[in-house]
Amino acid sequence: MDPLHYLAAHEAADLLARREVSSVELTRAAFDRVRALDDSLHAFLTLTEEEALAQAEAADERIARGDAGPLTGIPVAIKDVLCTKGVRTTCGSRILESFIPPYDAFAVQRLKEAGCVMLGKANMDEFAMGSSGENSAFGPTLNPWDKERVPGGSSSGSAAAVSAGMAFYALGSDTGGSIRQPASHSGIVGLKPTYGRVSRYGLIAFGSSLDQIGPLTRSVRDAALVFQAVAGHDERDSTSATLDVPTVTEALAPDLKGMRIGVPKEYFVEGMDEQVRQTVRAAIDQMAGLGAEIDWEVSLPSTDHALAVYYIIAPSEASANLARYDGVKYGYSYNEGASMWENMEKTREFGFGDEVKRRIMLGTYALSAGYYDAYYLKAQKVRTLIRREFDAAFQDHDVLVAPVSPTTAFRLGEKTDDPLQMYLSDVFTIPVNIAGLPGISIPCGFSRGDNGSRLPIGLQIIAKPFDEPSLFRAAYAYEQANDWHKQHPEL
Amino acid sequence: MTTTAVQYETIIGLEVHAQLLTRSKMFCPCAASYVDSSPNTHVCPTCLGMPGVLPVINKRAVEMTIMTGLALNSEVPERAKFDRKNYPYPDLMKGYQISEFDQPLCTGGWLEIELDGQRRRLGITRVHLEEDTAKLIHVKSPTGETYSLIDVNRSGVPLMEVVGEPDMHSPDEARAYLVKLRQILRYLDVCAGNMEEGNFRCDANVSLRPMGASELGSKVEVKNMNSFRSVYRALNHEVERQREILDNGGRIPQETRGWVDDQGVTVSQRSKEYANDYRYFPEPDLPPIVVDREWLEKIRAKMPELPGTKRARFLSEYGLSEYDVSLLIETPAKADYFEAAVALAPEAKRQKRAKAAANWINGELAGLLNAHNIVVSEAKITPKGLSQLIDLQEDGTISGKTAKDVFQEMFETGRDPEQIVEGAGLVQITASDEIAAAVERVLENNAKAADDYRGGKEEAIKFLVGQVMRETRGRANPEMVNQMLKGKLSDNP
Repeated sequence: MDPLHYLAAHEAADLLARREVSSVELTRAAFDRVRALDDSLHAFLTLTEEEALAQAEAADERIARGDAGPLTGIPVAIKDVLCTKGVRTTCGSRILESFIPPYDAFAVQRLKEAGCVMLGKANMDEFAMGSSGENSAFGPTLNPWDKERVPGGSSSGSAAAVSAGMAFYALGSDTGGSIRQPASHSGIVGLKPTYGRVSRYGLIAFGSSLDQIGPLTRSVRDAALVFQAVAGHDERDSTSATLDVPTVTEALAPDLKGMRIGVPKEYFVEGMDEQVRQTVRAAIDQMAGLGAEIDWEVSLPSTDHALAVYYIIAPSEASANLARYDGVKYGYSYNEGASMWENMEKTREFGFGDEVKRRIMLGTYALSAGYYDAYYLKAQKVRTLIRREFDAAFQDHDVLVAPVSPTTAFRLGEKTDDPLQMYLSDVFTIPVNIAGLPGISIPCGFSRGDNGSRLPIGLQIIAKPFDEPSLFRAAYAYEQANDWHKQHPEL
Repeated sequence: MTTTAVQYETIIGLEVHAQLLTRSKMFCPCAASYVDSSPNTHVCPTCLGMPGVLPVINKRAVEMTIMTGLALNSEVPERAKFDRKNYPYPDLMKGYQISEFDQPLCTGGWLEIELDGQRRRLGITRVHLEEDTAKLIHVKSPTGETYSLIDVNRSGVPLMEVVGEPDMHSPDEARAYLVKLRQILRYLDVCAGNMEEGNFRCDANVSLRPMGASELGSKVEVKNMNSFRSVYRALNHEVERQREILDNGGRIPQETRGWVDDQGVTVSQRSKEYANDYRYFPEPDLPPIVVDREWLEKIRAKMPELPGTKRARFLSEYGLSEYDVSLLIETPAKADYFEAAVALAPEAKRQKRAKAAANWINGELAGLLNAHNIVVSEAKITPKGLSQLIDLQEDGTISGKTAKDVFQEMFETGRDPEQIVEGAGLVQITASDEIAAAVERVLENNAKAADDYRGGKEEAIKFLVGQVMRETRGRANPEMVNQMLKGKLSDNP
């Protein structure tokens, strides 16, 4: 059996239920692990040990009372993009270095109600803009599988914390792949639910029409349990769906009999890593062996345009979403200037990093008079097209499967000088956000890095809107037929 | 050498911002009314623009806007949406204002004004909904340091914008439009309509062009007008200012000018030669508003009677003059007050009672309200009290003169008219011997006036009646006095 820190959340919950371990013990073990590893990995920006132990004690009481749910007493890391009442929330940015929200994000509130133990706030690319974690204003997170590499991003700290056994699970956010891509690079499970499934209340906005909150976990069952806990309508988010949340744990079955799986051709592109291509194809072949019907000829012709559409819509929304950070109300404030305007400008100049500024400028440009029709409006039209292509593909298929990212984890600094190369890391995850679909990344094998390290590869499963049950069914059957998720980095 | 002065056509368009009388703010549960509140007490993470918070549409504000559109004869499309209007300013908590750009709740429409006996329809471009900004208070400390304070109470208060067509050709028309628009908003109970308090604001676009020209002149936007009077003065000033420049061969730059009330001038605030780019785009945090026709009809059914309909009804139902009716329907409160007083009279006497009530309300009451600077809903005298007073006068218990005194006291104390009349011994004297005695005394002491009357100067009778009334401290019935005097004067030639 795995050491305590590498247990899946549901396994830890079983131990708690059997009173073989207490939540306080789990929590102490987690912090021991953090102390041992995080000086080098840098998955956390803020640790809340005192509060965590209090939560653990409360959880133990709940368990003793027989009032425990599946997540009661399980230690979690929260991506620093989610507001946590009374706990500093930086969003990976200098501009919010000192910001302490007086409210919890809806998803955090839900986890607290479920009796979670919050270890702290996880590192991330500034304002969730990035694919490597290197855009964090507080320094990058390292990949537990190879410390010369990035864990992926923007949920870099969440992925590393779960992968390295510091947290039993984590919450992340995914605007263009920010949960699935780091999960893939870090050898864990990452779920982006359907847009509207989880309330965005308290999620610091990047691209409002794309952002979703989801779990990063060590097993598909864990992802289902966390999904179940955080999904559902919230009247404070007008874009959150009013649909009932299906009991996805009931969809977890060991085979894929009768499932119709489509493989979009456009997701196997020229220039992608050969090991990734072969590993993902092998995984799909294995799904056929589990009873699924595989259609290798699905086509989503507008896939090529998704990246361009994304880099117009997301920065446009971001340019407005980030306008509130002017140093007037909270967070970092430059006040040595000669005028109010100078102070506002300097606050933003010093408070934001390069990538954030780049995207604010992109978005501002795309929305400007004279360019709006050519960029923003056209992007919205292509967005509709991409959605329709997915709709058509789901006429005959229950789920689509594809790689998560064209490569495995890349080296620190490898793509920081070339934003376009960095953006391409999300080329297979972005269309899912554009169309608002649910997508999951699960481990499906390893490649051998040039320095001999084993680098995880992820398989992406995509379902139609609000059909998370199909997603979980496919993911679970594949996971159970393998032991990829049982493999952990040597640390 | 003489020159013929060029005749200009004045073009005015008004944009009115009306704060809606909702309980909560536009996108959060904070109380919308802040007039008597300490700064920054009606605030929450949403209206403070904190990270990660989201707007939720106030349905009542949407209904109020649709109601206004219906009252202004606008179209209400099935779909409307909110957009983000981006501009940085410290009073704008999110760095953008949630407004409506290309799919407003109401489009088109018109409003009818009456000026110098002429009725005119003035076009409405659109009615849309947005959120108010916070308020900046600029302070200068005793040491000369200047700084600004922000009061966020106003941030997020529902703000309805009524954009008018550039259809007006004089400041008088503009004033009539504003008065009529405010009247409609008050009837709908959607806005307090108080310019001084800032819940009803007006910006004006003013341009001049040579008479007969088809091209519009450069547009000047005039702001900072904080009363109906200042709108009127500012527009007159601006029209004259532009006329003078044009007469001297100058050109009008497109700009925004602020009205400085105590100096009576507009001054340049900023050039508009380079238009602001607000980078509007659809608000991703809010789904489009779908106004299904069933909802629209429900809203229509909830609408109160509007001034135009009320006017027609008052004219036909009560047989009052146009003038009386226009005064009575000025506010719905006044009209209701009138109708409540009239309704207390028996069916058969209603027309007569309506005339009497209208006289009191448009005369004495209006004067007293004005003098005390209050509105009808704040008056101590109730419709029932007024009705009782008219009863007392009609059945001859008190004279008209006495009634006015009683009215005054009712206005001041709110007491019942019968109590006042009895308590002060003001019951009208109808006993003829008492009046006869007074007539005798007056004729004795005013032989000259009596002779004048007899000599054919009919006017003199009025003086004599007045003297008798004085003798009886106003309690005599003037009609009886008149008759008795005439009798006496003809019996004794």
